[in-house]
Amino acid sequence: MKYLVCISKTPDTTAKIGFTNNNKTFDSNGVQYIMNPYDEWYALVRALELKETQGGDITLINVGGVDNETIIRKGLAIGGDKAVRINAENPSAWFVASQIANYAKNEGFDIIFTGKETIDYNGAEVPAMVAELLDLPLISFASKMDISGNKATIQRDIEGGVEIVEVDTPFVISASKGLAEQRIPNMRGIMMAKTKPLEVVEPLAIEEMIEIDHFETPPPKSSVKLVDPSDMEELVRLLHEEAKII
Amino acid sequence: MSVIFLAEHQQDTFKKSAFEAATFSKKLAEKLGTTAIGVVIGSMNNPGSLGKYGADKVLHVQADQNVPFDSQVFTEALAAAAKQSDASVIILAHSSTGKALGGRLSARLKAGLVSGVNALPDTEGGFKARKSVFSGKANGIYNITSAIKILTLAGNAVKPVRSETEAPVESLQVTLPTARITVKEIKTVQGIVPLPEAEIVVSAGRGMKDPGNWGIIEELAATLGATTACSRPVADADWRPHHEHVGQTGIAIRPNLYFAIGISGAIQHLAGVNTSKVIVVINKDPEAPFFKAADYGVVGDLFEVVPKLNDALKAFKAAH
Ligand SMILES: Cc1cc2nc3c(=O)[nH]c(=O)nc-3n(C[C@H](O)[C@H](O)[C@H](O)COP(=O)(O)OP(=O)(O)OC[C@H]3O[C@@H](n4cnc5c(N)ncnc54)[C@H](O)[C@@H]3O)c2cc1C
Repeated sequence: MKYLVCISKTPDTTAKIGFTNNNKTFDSNGVQYIMNPYDEWYALVRALELKETQGGDITLINVGGVDNETIIRKGLAIGGDKAVRINAENPSAWFVASQIANYAKNEGFDIIFTGKETIDYNGAEVPAMVAELLDLPLISFASKMDISGNKATIQRDIEGGVEIVEVDTPFVISASKGLAEQRIPNMRGIMMAKTKPLEVVEPLAIEEMIEIDHFETPPPKSSVKLVDPSDMEELVRLLHEEAKII
Repeated sequence: MSVIFLAEHQQDTFKKSAFEAATFSKKLAEKLGTTAIGVVIGSMNNPGSLGKYGADKVLHVQADQNVPFDSQVFTEALAAAAKQSDASVIILAHSSTGKALGGRLSARLKAGLVSGVNALPDTEGGFKARKSVFSGKANGIYNITSAIKILTLAGNAVKPVRSETEAPVESLQVTLPTARITVKEIKTVQGIVPLPEAEIVVSAGRGMKDPGNWGIIEELAATLGATTACSRPVADADWRPHHEHVGQTGIAIRPNLYFAIGISGAIQHLAGVNTSKVIVVINKDPEAPFFKAADYGVVGDLFEVVPKLNDALKAFKAAH
């Protein structure tokens, strides 16, 4: 089996969020970046588990600038066999998906893994775009997956429960919590990652369909109104009369 | 020109997101001087009822068959509906279904997509849609430049407005591709509003001490007609089912009212709940970080406060 795992870079959840350039650009000054958790913990590790039990080969792909090589190397340390970086800064979902599909179209991957969404823009757009561009089935929000031969049985999270589906390879799968157990790269992995191939490819020209107008930060919450713990009638009154929510 | 929306349904019942999409589409259509058209895929006994929430017309695809969800099949149906109605805007729910379709339709129709939209777009001098980004810490306003625009609509972003008008229903004949995904089984909780759709959520954390203590949380939720949720350690320890886990690694919700009981308010937890309209925190530690994100706070022992709150709510319900 040939696996492609799409990895992206996101600011750490605890990062302070600010903007520059008339609020049009995210201010990355002093921001700590991580591999998107859904890509790292679930998508990549599930690919690795499949490789360990059924054999195969894992390629990592990232669309981004040279700074992203830190997270790419981390992915190789966890267990990717090789990596490709499509060289572009600040790409949109459409741009990223187009590059991934363009790379994947002649490579004959059996399974393309992504995270269910990135934790910065929370769009969940890339997996569906890649699937469409490659005319492949998409199983999104997968929280379990088993494969026998070329038939996969996948549990997909839906509102208030799960759906169990079957699909034959090739397909695109987006990973949510539960698909695998997070792994920490070990020393041997980190050493080996340094010599694994990382190919840099120039991007295809893409016509964008959306542009950022500006970002805005919501006004800070006015400070909390404390209610006496022995007076819950007062809390109910506030929720009814002030917040008008019950 | 038209605004079309996918109305999600389970058998013969529309999901709440269908009514939200209908009302949102109608408001947007009025701004653009056009009509709002609902698209219903698969057998459904009363598609015209979408008119009550704003649809001017309904297109019904495969009216007499159940069509299990496969994003390729649904994309084909929606692309046909978009063509038939000369759609300039397509509205989907920001749900497991809508998220799987938004990207596909965007690539298929070369239509710009903004997902998780939380307000009516600004249509003066562009088409600017707003969504929450960075786990609720900011909003991004995006201008869609393509001819067709696609939005997935965040839950609880618009309140469905109801009238008594039924919409006319037209059958739309589409040759759908054979599904490549076979749906074997659907397991959903019965009788409770799924978390992403819930307007009131009662959430509890490690402060509960033991899974056997959840009775007071369930009673409070029952009084409020709320859905229950939990913090990650609680789900990880199997004190509560995993589908209740909210936060960065769980699901993100934006109810009108969120109760956080015995939850410290770690940033990863807040990431999934901080766009809730009103937040009430009950915690015995006055320094708990959650109070900074709260509208109303009660510093006290939850085992005393929650039953009191439940009694006060019951008295309120009885009086109103
Ligand atoms: C990468 C990453 C991702 C994560 N994702 C998530 C996520 O998606 N969701 C999530 O929830 N967490 C997530 N976490 C974990 C998060 O950091 C916190 O550890 C977690 O939210 C804490 O859960 P808690 O508030 O229930 O427990 P605690 O932090 O232990 O807090 C318990 C609270 O209960 C209060 N309490 C105790 N007894 C009482 C009482 N009798 N009456 C009133 N109050 C009482 C205490 O004062 C305390 O504030 C993540 C962490 C990491 C590192």
